[in-house]
Formats: sequence, structure tokens, C-alpha cells
Amino acid sequence: MTTTFHPTRHGELLQGARDSLPMLAGAAPFGIIFGTLAGPSGLSLLGAMGMSLFVFAGSSQFIALTLLSGGAGLAVIVFTTFVVNLRHALYSATLLPHVASLGQRWRIPLAFWLTDETFAVVQHRYGAADASPLKHWYHLGSSLAMYGNWIVWTLVGVLLGRSFEGLDKLGLEFAMVATFTGIVVSLLKTRPMVAAAIAAGAVALLARDMPYKLGLLLAALAGVVVGVLLEGRQATEEEQA
Amino acid sequence: MSQYELAVILGMTAVTFLIRYSFFALGDKVQFPPLVKRALRYVPVAVLTAIVVPMVLLPDGRHWQLDWRNAWLLGALVSAFIAWRFNHLLAAMGGGMAVFFLWRWLLA
Repeated sequence: MTTTFHPTRHGELLQGARDSLPMLAGAAPFGIIFGTLAGPSGLSLLGAMGMSLFVFAGSSQFIALTLLSGGAGLAVIVFTTFVVNLRHALYSATLLPHVASLGQRWRIPLAFWLTDETFAVVQHRYGAADASPLKHWYHLGSSLAMYGNWIVWTLVGVLLGRSFEGLDKLGLEFAMVATFTGIVVSLLKTRPMVAAAIAAGAVALLARDMPYKLGLLLAALAGVVVGVLLEGRQATEEEQA
Repeated sequence: MSQYELAVILGMTAVTFLIRYSFFALGDKVQFPPLVKRALRYVPVAVLTAIVVPMVLLPDGRHWQLDWRNAWLLGALVSAFIAWRFNHLLAAMGGGMAVFFLWRWLLA
């Protein structure tokens, strides 16, 4: 990302896409797996593509599949999506100073395309020393690359899923378990975080028979409450020490 | 596409966009209280753990399977180990899946 280039609209756009390359590669398998699992979970081809085109939020799309196949209600799916995607509000807040001068014509699409990956990449560009007034073109480049990538790999997954019978019995859902496990473990850096995971896991097991997967929300709430309380207690102990 | 699917997609699209647009729309008039900021940090760990733990310990959704023949448990443990030891998400995913499929194949 240190290469110097003349900041033209085109240059920024291409550089944004180029700097997102590792993220594109990382998202590709998830797009394929999402598309593959969509059919067995009860989503039609249009439904799967529609979700990637309009929702465009990987983790909540995966969770929606799990919920759909478990027979969850509409309200539970929408509310779970809300909870899972709430972190994007933090990104929105963090990036605001950089987009505040742009018109809604820019802010609306950039908000629609805001993902973990694009957030990570553009943060870096907005923070760079040069005072280029065209950094939002870089933001757009990363956004478009991530969006196109997600749609293409979803379609590949959907087509793969349709051409192989019994793909649902292979246990491909395990890819999701493996990924979520990896994400959780990489986040377990503090004691309150570990406690939050234990609380959420325990409540999820105890409440697993609740209708519409409501146990999932209860478990998430338990984890968040335990984490916040423990962090608060740790802070007071440090003050007293 | 069924009406239910359409409703799910519309609902998910609406909440996701509103979250992403929230601060872009409001400007810097609104600020998160510190407690909300703190709570948000625990959301990913809490939600993802709540999804994974029952899937791994009760693979069929009804019966506990706490033994070495459980490919879900073994695969997840391998993923966890790789993520903890090497801090590499794709490796954790690939390693866990490899062990999962190998184990199912060996036990079949």
C-alpha cells in the first residue's frame, strides 16, 4: 500500500480494488459455501442471489441459513441479523469524519457496501499522510471489488450446489463451524471475553429447545452481559489496586 | 421465490442497511454511550459461540455426543487450536475441515 500513484479518480478506484485483493481471496470460499448451502437450507436460487445482492453481509447470511433450516420465524431472523450486524454501526461512526463532506449520493452507496473487509482497507487509506481529496474513490474501489466478488462466488456456489445431488449430506456446514470457531478463538484475548464465550455457550445449550431459535438470542445476551459486567469489575479492581 | 423468502430478504436488507447508514446519515450529532460501545465488542464472540457450541456437542440436534468419534467436535477443536497457535483464519478453517472430512471418512 506504500506505492506512490498519481491520485486521479481512476487511480484511487483501482488502488482500492487492488488493496482489497487478499480480502477478496478470503471471502471467496465463504461465498461458494454460502451458495452451496443455500439450496439445502431452503433458499431458492433467486433467494440466495437476492440475499447476496441486497443484504451483502456474510456472517448474517450464514446465520440466516442456519435459522431458515431450523424453521425460525421471520422476526427472529431479522432481529438476529440486527444483532449480528450491529458492529457495522461502529464502522459507520468511525468512518463518518471521512465521508461527512460527501453528498448523500456517495454516503448511501458507501454505507450499503460497508463490510468488515472494506472498513479495514479504507481505514488505512483515509489515515495516510497525503491530503488527497479523492480518497472516497479508493473507498468505492474497495467496495465494488468486494461486492462483485461476493456475488460471483455466491453464484458459483449455487450452481455447484445444484449440480451435485446430496451435497447437503457431505457436512459442508462444518465449514461454517470451523470458521466461526476460528474467529471466536482469535477474539478470546481477555478474561471477560473468555467468560462471555463460556456464558453464551452454556446458555445456548440450556436454551436449545426454545422455539424459533430464541435460545440463540438469549445466549448472545447472556454472553454480552457477562462480558460487560466482568470488564466493569476488572476496571474497578485495577483502580483500587 | 416464496413470499417468506422475500420477506426475510427485505427484512435483513432493511436492518443491515439502516445499521450501516446510521452514522453516515446522522452526522456527528449522536455518540455511542461508553456502555453500548463496550457491549458491542462482546457481540461477535457471544453470537458465534452460541451458534457453534450446540452444533458441535449435539451434531444431530438432539443427542449429546461427547466422544472421540464426534467429527464435529474434533474438527472444531483443531480449528480452535490452529487459530490460537497461528492466528490464521483460513488455516484454521482449512485444517478443521480437513480433519472433519478425514475423520468422517475413516469412521464410515
